[in-house]
Amino acid sequence: MSLRTSRSARTGQYVALLGYLVFLAFPFLWLISTAFKPARELGSLHPTWIPEHPTLDNFRQAFDEQPLLQAAANSLVAALSAALIAVVIATPMAYVMARHRTRLSAAATGWVVVSQAFPFVLLIIPLFLILKNLHLINSLWGLIMVYVVWALPFALWMLVGYVRAVPPELEEAASVDGASRLRTLVSVTIPLLAPGIVATALFAFITAWNEFFFALVLLKTPEKQTLPVVLTHFLGAEGAAELGPLAAAAFLATLPSLVLFAVIQRRITGGMLAGAVKS
Amino acid sequence: MTLANATVQSGQHGPPGSPLSRRGRQGRQAPLINRNAGTWFLVLPALIPILILSVGPLLYGVALAFTDAQSGRTRSTQWVGGLNFQDLLHDTLFWDSFRIGLVWAVGVTVPQFLLALGLALLLNQNLRMRWLARALAIIPWAMPEVVVGIMWRLVYNPDAGVLNEIIRDLGFGDGRDWLTGLATALPAVIVVGVWAGMPQTTVALLAGLQNTPHELHEAAALDGAGAWRRFRTVTWPALRPVALAITALNFIWNFNSFALVYVLTNGGPGGRTRLPMLFAYEEAFRYGQFGYAAAMGCVMVAVISVVLALHLVGRLRGGEDR
Repeated sequence: MSLRTSRSARTGQYVALLGYLVFLAFPFLWLISTAFKPARELGSLHPTWIPEHPTLDNFRQAFDEQPLLQAAANSLVAALSAALIAVVIATPMAYVMARHRTRLSAAATGWVVVSQAFPFVLLIIPLFLILKNLHLINSLWGLIMVYVVWALPFALWMLVGYVRAVPPELEEAASVDGASRLRTLVSVTIPLLAPGIVATALFAFITAWNEFFFALVLLKTPEKQTLPVVLTHFLGAEGAAELGPLAAAAFLATLPSLVLFAVIQRRITGGMLAGAVKS
Repeated sequence: MTLANATVQSGQHGPPGSPLSRRGRQGRQAPLINRNAGTWFLVLPALIPILILSVGPLLYGVALAFTDAQSGRTRSTQWVGGLNFQDLLHDTLFWDSFRIGLVWAVGVTVPQFLLALGLALLLNQNLRMRWLARALAIIPWAMPEVVVGIMWRLVYNPDAGVLNEIIRDLGFGDGRDWLTGLATALPAVIVVGVWAGMPQTTVALLAGLQNTPHELHEAAALDGAGAWRRFRTVTWPALRPVALAITALNFIWNFNSFALVYVLTNGGPGGRTRLPMLFAYEEAFRYGQFGYAAAMGCVMVAVISVVLALHLVGRLRGGEDR
């Protein structure tokens, strides 16, 4: 920034930034702190910021109380399948939407926008009835089907942006060299799209891993439920939850998406958005 | 959820006069699909699931709003016309939740936008701790909403929570039970909503800021424009389309939100935080009133359509200004 900024303005900026840092960080730090506190410190009237006697008891207790491993496995299966299927079927359609201006592309774009605005309750009731008739309630496959369709709008959005970033001249060159359309797509376009496809799949994985509402409605028994649903079982009836195990389980459930998000963060915040806004 | 859409949306049409927008406005109708062999083959794998599991159910959902559909009933479902909507009109509990939903959506969206704008402006400066703020701003975004809710319950916890401990340390008394107090519950969940959605908004605004030509700032500064004037005359006009898109989407997402408040208060105390989605969920899946809940969904869609319409008007007006 080449503009001259006065010293007092600079100080003000740093104070404001510090305020943001505290606001953004302190709930998360408190979660971690609570997860490692022994029961004695949690019960004390003056809670400490940093556990004086950090312990892993809460994690052990969390695994004892709820089927966390099973839930994590369910979440993994659901999120992974949904992300893979969504990306595999969305990539060709995104290609068509980006390269051809047809009424179908226009309708698909409209659907992508509208689908963001719909209250899910209007979608979940019919889906519940349909899946019930197919005997897919309390089944991960039913949930995966819902997640695929739910992930499609933003998968299409992201992928259309990535396809537009591939210069059409490269494809034209390939077809001049005599490659068929499909051949061009597979050997020229897809490899160039690969990083975008991976980022889209990871993003779909994270959103499915974090999803709660559909899983709450569609999965009934604890051995089928995904991690977010099982986490709510720690809350107990009157909010009289055991804080330590609750914090420990919540912290663990966050780690995978935090790590993946850190990986794709740059693509999302930088490339995709900037490109998207400029278009 | 998907910031991608938030910002991509603002850029989906080419700028006025660009080849893209001109082609779109030509009188000749675009074909339904490109005639090239294999195009259907590329589109169908995604199109079929969309039609069966998204478009179809939505229409089915609207149809259900005009029936007396219930779960676990032996008698067959019948058309009841507008009866559900008539009942809704007199359902004071629903209108309470509707009002709470509006207060919540505005109460989250407005502060979220202002705070995110401030953070985006700061992150656009050459400050030292910028990377840390960027990294931290990711956390609320990557977290499952359920965990965000649990985390803030730990913060708000009357005995072991950090908030009351800070209040005690500062000597403001003993603090209180934030999430179960009749007066404090809604403001307390609104704070969590603001926290949870700030990153998407910040990132969208930051992307908008980085599109503002830097030379304009310098020229304005040379002309002697102060920081506020530069913001008003250079930054804001460029940021306006993104800002409008993200606030409209935030409002809609917030109005439709569920998981956060389900975990924090489950609608309590005494329904003070019962958002429309929580109400409709209970109606459908606790009391089995599918038709009635679907009618609620339709009313929510109507409100959202109004917001979208207002937003479009705002965008058109913004276009004239330029």
